[in-house]
This record gives sequence, C-alpha cells and structure tokens, in this order.
Amino acid sequence: MRFVDEFRAADKAHALAAKIAALCEPGRQYKLMEVCGGHTHTIYKHGLEDYLPEQITLVHGPGCPVCVIPMGRMDDAIALAAEPDVIMTSFGDMMRVPGSHGSFFDAKARGTDIRMVYSPLDSLKIARKNPGKRVIFMAIGFETTAPSTAMTMLRAAAEGLSNFSIFCNHVTIIPAIKAILDSPDLRLDGFIGPGHVSTVIGCRPYEFIARDYGRPVVVAGFEPLDILQSIYMLMQQLSEGRAEIENQYSRVVPWDGNVVALRAIGETMELRPYFEWRGLGFISHSALKVREKYAQFDAERLFSVPGVRVADPKACQCGEVLKGVLKPWECKVFGTACTPETPIGTCMVSPEGACAAYYNYGRLTRTRVKEATRS
Amino acid sequence: MTTGHPSQPATQDPGGQSAGGPPAGGRSAGWVAAALRDHDEQTGREEARQERQGSPQPRPGTVREELVLDRIDRARRARPRVKEERITMSHGAGGKATQTLIEAIFLDAFRNPLLEPLEDAARIHVNGARVALTTDSYVVSPLFFPGGDIGDLAVNGTVNDLAVSGAVPLYLSAGFILEEGFPVADLSRIVASMQAAAQRAGVQIVTGDTKVVERGKADGCYINTAGIGVIEREGTLGVAQARPGDAILVSGPIGDHGVTIMLARGELDLEADVISDTAPLNGLICSLLSKTTGVRALRDATRGGVATILNEIATAADVGVLVTEDEIPVRLEVRGASELLGIDPMYVACEGRVVVVVDGDQADQALAAMRAHPQGEQAAIIGRVTAEPPGIVQLKTAFGGTRIVDLLVGDPLPRIC
Amino acid sequence: MCLGIPGEVIEFLPDQPDLARVDVSGVRRVINVGLLADDPPEPGEWVLIHVGFALSKIDEDEAAAALSFLEAIGQAYEDELAALQDSRIE
Repeated sequence: MRFVDEFRAADKAHALAAKIAALCEPGRQYKLMEVCGGHTHTIYKHGLEDYLPEQITLVHGPGCPVCVIPMGRMDDAIALAAEPDVIMTSFGDMMRVPGSHGSFFDAKARGTDIRMVYSPLDSLKIARKNPGKRVIFMAIGFETTAPSTAMTMLRAAAEGLSNFSIFCNHVTIIPAIKAILDSPDLRLDGFIGPGHVSTVIGCRPYEFIARDYGRPVVVAGFEPLDILQSIYMLMQQLSEGRAEIENQYSRVVPWDGNVVALRAIGETMELRPYFEWRGLGFISHSALKVREKYAQFDAERLFSVPGVRVADPKACQCGEVLKGVLKPWECKVFGTACTPETPIGTCMVSPEGACAAYYNYGRLTRTRVKEATRS
Repeated sequence: MTTGHPSQPATQDPGGQSAGGPPAGGRSAGWVAAALRDHDEQTGREEARQERQGSPQPRPGTVREELVLDRIDRARRARPRVKEERITMSHGAGGKATQTLIEAIFLDAFRNPLLEPLEDAARIHVNGARVALTTDSYVVSPLFFPGGDIGDLAVNGTVNDLAVSGAVPLYLSAGFILEEGFPVADLSRIVASMQAAAQRAGVQIVTGDTKVVERGKADGCYINTAGIGVIEREGTLGVAQARPGDAILVSGPIGDHGVTIMLARGELDLEADVISDTAPLNGLICSLLSKTTGVRALRDATRGGVATILNEIATAADVGVLVTEDEIPVRLEVRGASELLGIDPMYVACEGRVVVVVDGDQADQALAAMRAHPQGEQAAIIGRVTAEPPGIVQLKTAFGGTRIVDLLVGDPLPRIC
Repeated sequence: MCLGIPGEVIEFLPDQPDLARVDVSGVRRVINVGLLADDPPEPGEWVLIHVGFALSKIDEDEAAAALSFLEAIGQAYEDELAALQDSRIE
C-alpha cells in the first residue's frame, strides 16, 4: 500500500531507535504525550513501545473524541434516537460508549433505530431514502471531522433536505492541550502533535505550547516510522534545549492548514461557551455547536434534549492519568469498579485508553520489561 | 492523597460572554454506583485478607500494583456471568460476549461431559462407532453475495465443522425459516446452491423442516443445518491438546468472507473484487490427516476470525501463542478495505479457512500437504505455541514490535478514530 | 484526527463536481473532494481520505524527502553496525 508500507518498514526502526536511545541523558526520565487517539492506536497496533528505551514513557493523551463524551450527552443521544420516526446514525466508535443506562448498542437491542455509518454523507443518503423519517447524525470528532460535518450540512442546505439534522458533539483540541499544560502537577517534556487535526488547523495553533510553556511539539504522521521519527525529533529538541513546533507529517499537513475546511466550519458552526469532557471537567470554548443560520439542521433545536448532567463519579481519576501524574493501576477504582466492560472514565472507554490498554496488556509488559532487564 | 476529582483547570471565562456558567452537581448513573459498591466490598475483603496473612510489607507501590494485576487475573478466570438483561449484537459476534453467553447460559444449563469441550462438533459413541454431530444456523444478510449465497454457507459450514473434528461428513439436515413474501425463485436458487455444495462435499441432505413466519421476521430466509459424520482415525483432535513447540498454520488468506459481506451490504459504498471464500474443507483436511500424524487440532475460522481461534487455543491448553504478522496471508483488497474501515482482518470472518495446530517437527510436512490441495494453495505457517505467557496470544508485528491479540469485545465495527 | 488513509484519485464523477472515485489497494469508493476546492486533485494524484472526504493532498515531494531521510538514517545505522562487526576483536 503506497504511502503506508514505506512508513512501516522495520529496517528503519532499529536505526531510529538507536538514535533515540543515544539522545537520552543518563539517569533522566522523559515523558512524552501523544495527544491523539489515532497515535495511541498505532503505538499499540505495531508494538512501537518495544523500540523505546526504558527512559522514555509515552503518556496517552485525551485526544479521543469518542471517550470524552460524558454520560449525560450519551443519554441525550439515546433519547434523541428514541424519538418517534427518528433514525439515528453514528460512527462505529460510538456504539459502545456507555451512558447512565447503557450504550447505543443496548438501545438498539431495545428496538431503537440506530444505524452505523462510515461517513456523514451516508447519513444524508439515508435521509433522502426515508423522507418520512427524521434522520439525525451523531457528529463527533475533533477538527479533523468537523469540516466533513460542515460540508454535509451545506450539501443538505443546497438540496433543501428537511428531514436531516446533526447532534453536534465536535470538540476542539487546543483547549484540551491547554488544560493539560495548565495543571499544576504537569510532568510532560514534549508532545507528539495530532496529525490529522493539523491538516485542518495547521501548525500555528501549537506555537503557544513552545512559546509560553517551553515544550517542544512535533506534528506526527500515523505510521509507526512517523511516530518514531517524531520522537527522535522531540529528543533532538530536548537535548539541544530547543522548544519549537516541527512538522514531521509534511507530506500531508500544510503549515497553514486547510482554509476551505476552516471556512466551512466557520460558516456552519460556532464555539460553545463551555463543554463537559468526561474525566476532565468543564473546559471553556472547547466544543462546537450549529449556528443559528443552520438551525434547521440542529437536532438540539429541533428536538427537546433532556440535558441532564450525569456527574463523573468522584472516584474517577482520569484527569490525573491523562496528565501522566497517576499510572492506571494507581487509580483507586481501576480494575474493580472500572473495567473495559464497565468503563467509568475516558481512559477506559477506548480500547486504547491508558487504562484499557494497561488492563489488557499490563501484566505482559511488566513481564517483558522484567525479563529484558534481568541479567 | 487526592480526593479523586480531577483538578479543574480555568473553566470559567472571567469576562464571560457566556450566559451563565456550567451546571453544577448532576445525578450519577445507577450502574456506576453499583460498581463502586462492589469495589468497596472487594477492597474491604482484600484488606482483611492481607491483615490476616500478616505478610511483610515491601514497597507500597509494588504491593498495590501486584494486587491490582492479581485482581484482574482473577476476574479473567472468574465464572462467566451474563451481565446484560437483553441480548445484543455482541452476543452473536463470536468474541467475548458470545463465549460468556455460551458458558454462562447454555453450558451451565445443559452441562454434560459431551458438551463441555465446546469444540466445533460433539464426539459421541453410537453402538461402538465414533460419530461427530454438529449444528449451525445461517442468518447472513444479504442472502446472495459475490462468491456464494446462504445455501453455500449452510452446507459448507456444517461440513467443515465435521471435518475439523476429524470426521468424514456424511449426512445433513436442513431446516428453513422463511419469511412471508420471500420470492420462491430465490428459495430455488438457494436450494440449488445447497445441492451443488453437497455434491462437491460428498454429503447428502437427508431430512429437513420448513416453517413460515410473518412478513418482517426472518429477514427473507434463515437456515439451520445439522450434520453427522463418522470418525475413523485414531485419537482425538482438540485445541486443549496444543503444546509448546507446536506450529500453527492457516490454509489461505484471511478475512475474505467478512469483508465481502460488509461490502455487499452496500451501506459502506465500497467496491472491490473480493469474493467470499466459502468452500468445503473436508477434502483438504482428509489429505492433511492422511499425510501428517502430528495434527493436534483443527478449527475452521468463522465468526470472530483467526484471532478468536488463536485465543481458544491459548485458553483451552493454557499455553501462549505467538504469530508473525508478515506470515499471515491477507489479500491486498482485504487489507485495503480493512485499513479504510479501521478493522483488523484477524477478527474478520472466513468461511473456507482452517487453522491447524500440528507438532512442530511436522510443520513443513503439514504445509506441503496443504499446499498440494486446491483449497490450501496459499497455506502458511503463521506461528508457534509457546509455554509462556499462558493464555495470551501475541503478534510480532511487521514493524518488529509485539502486541497482544485479545478476544474481541464486540463486532469488529468500522472505526473512524 | 485519526483514521485517514491515502488513496489514489481515479476519476471525477461527470455530473457531480465535488465527487471523485478513489482507489485504496484495489478497493474503490466515491468520496467528496469539496474540501480541496482551492486546489482540486487530478486523476493520478493521491489524497488523504477521512470519513468519505478528502482532507488533504499527499505531497509526493515531501513524501520522497521523508523517505530519503529515513533511508539515510537506515543506511548510516547499517554502516555503523558493519563497522562494529569488522572491528570485533576475536
């Protein structure tokens, strides 16, 4: 597969790994955060951590737009799906996220019409084919996916569709990164920057991280060599005492982003004053809603949404895990109240969340590390 | 010690163009409260046990982590319980939920030594003869797809379940549940496929049943087939027989059927030249068994894919399994579709592939035997059985790192993220 | 922010300017290229596909540059290893 296989070539991995190890100062521990859920997925899928020296720990960040949807919002989505004559359409990732009474999957089992789609355009197709039904698209994702939702609304407007709307849960990445940077017990040395979000917003929005917080950021691609190279670039910066924004994913990410995409978002959506993130609490100006001008496509205006807030349990310590302060097993409810089958917080909701990953793979990693260091 | 609630970053906009701040308080979810109660009870019990044992206290960090990992291990080995009140699609996906349902509901109620092995077919003695008995239901949608139809699956699937048990498949039954309004022409097409498949496999359909249900049920046509075959060879095949040093082979490229079905449903708007791999494997298996004596187990990789079988091997025999990504055959289009959708071919259903566990010393022999047969031309050795770590399946990735291949929690749903 | 896959643009759909057919390892799908309106892709060019939309064009020069960098590192590593082997004192 072109543009994929070349960046998965194992022979280059050893070279990069050696270079990365060589840049580690003896006795110093490094914590690098990959913000993006897609990066976490690649890291696990290819066993990338095997190439990193023990001195480098990867902290898995909050960039999973599925995981951060709070239970209350899921309840709202299920309530919308249960409205008469509604067909709810959603990406596959959302099907298993639990609200206070189960997930989309469970609702489907009770007879609610919830259908999985690959693209918001598929949702539009369902709306065209079912004029007697009201089709709602569960719009989630960071700035990567927001333009697609925006374009879909514009297309719906152009076609004069009257039975299509979106339940907008798009979130923005910068406030989440800022929330992590602002926490008093922050212990991160650098960031592996989101790849596909950056194709839309460009690299400039990260400049404040280097300028105000003195941390380097390397915008990274999604193949394992991309991530290894990005870690190498971060380590180079750290060893040279630099803090800059660099673009490793230059074959895809334009420094200035995608203006057409940003325009489409701006035309159809605006920032909410605040939005709740599962495990991180309320963050201001961190999410999008549909503009008044496109009200006919806004499910929140067309339907009455319960909007009852379901609090993160006090016992949930996702915030600390996300900042690299706590290890998963140090969270008091890890493995008992909170498991992959009954996930309480965001770190467990996604199969690649720090806690889910540790739950499934933790003992093995410890054994491998023990064996590797025994001699 | 923190209170547990994540420290709030600056959430309120001091200049506030917003109308008021975020809502305070909020109710909590019932299932979370219940889970927390269970947690408190369990922690209390553990602490009491620790006190009673009066063990010396090494570094607190280590003790806590060990405790947590032990707790997880115990949970994994605990008696399966179905927590849901209603059946969901996960229960039919072939992964964790299906296993739990089978063990907690069916095995628990029907328990007997013949059922316990939970292999693809039951092996029973009838008047001195060893007979394999199996059943399968077919609910595929769409009914007709590139490479075959529900009729092909219904015959091949049951033939294969018998063949992997070491039996010569002989006779099938075929029960039909038809939806009111289903075109008779479609039924004829399906039945013609079944006859052709039966002839190819060398079996006969000797009894059956027909039911009709109202429009809206049975999605056109559901078929159940049961089959019997005779076991002539010595010894018993079974995944519990796998031992360290054994080799694991697969008879051809994986994921063809599942991807074909996903594409054929038309919802994903993808086109590709993939066709279902549905085929009878009794010829291939017979050939393999006649040329190799060290075969320990055979499984046909259906729902849940090859990954599910590997996990069944690891769990049943309490061994480790290590497979190499580069060795696992996957067609280019199946890879492309999987990458596009974000699914893993290892979990995607096949309908004409067998996974073989064989004595390591006979791996090459087994491979040659399979490759000599048309159904096994692209057979490959994909990995080995290891002693450690028991119960875990690992994959050496093409990139060189290692990851775990766990049982799927639900369906391999397309991801975006 | 995740799951974007590179695909080759095969052709545009005649009546629908925003739609193009792409190929990913033999799998074909019609996607919307409206987000690239400022610089539409030609057949034969590669784009990054995410949920049915093209988000960005793949810059082949940048890709080649990235690969050369990786090749160079790989080569340097091989050379070092070889040198190490050669210098082993038996």
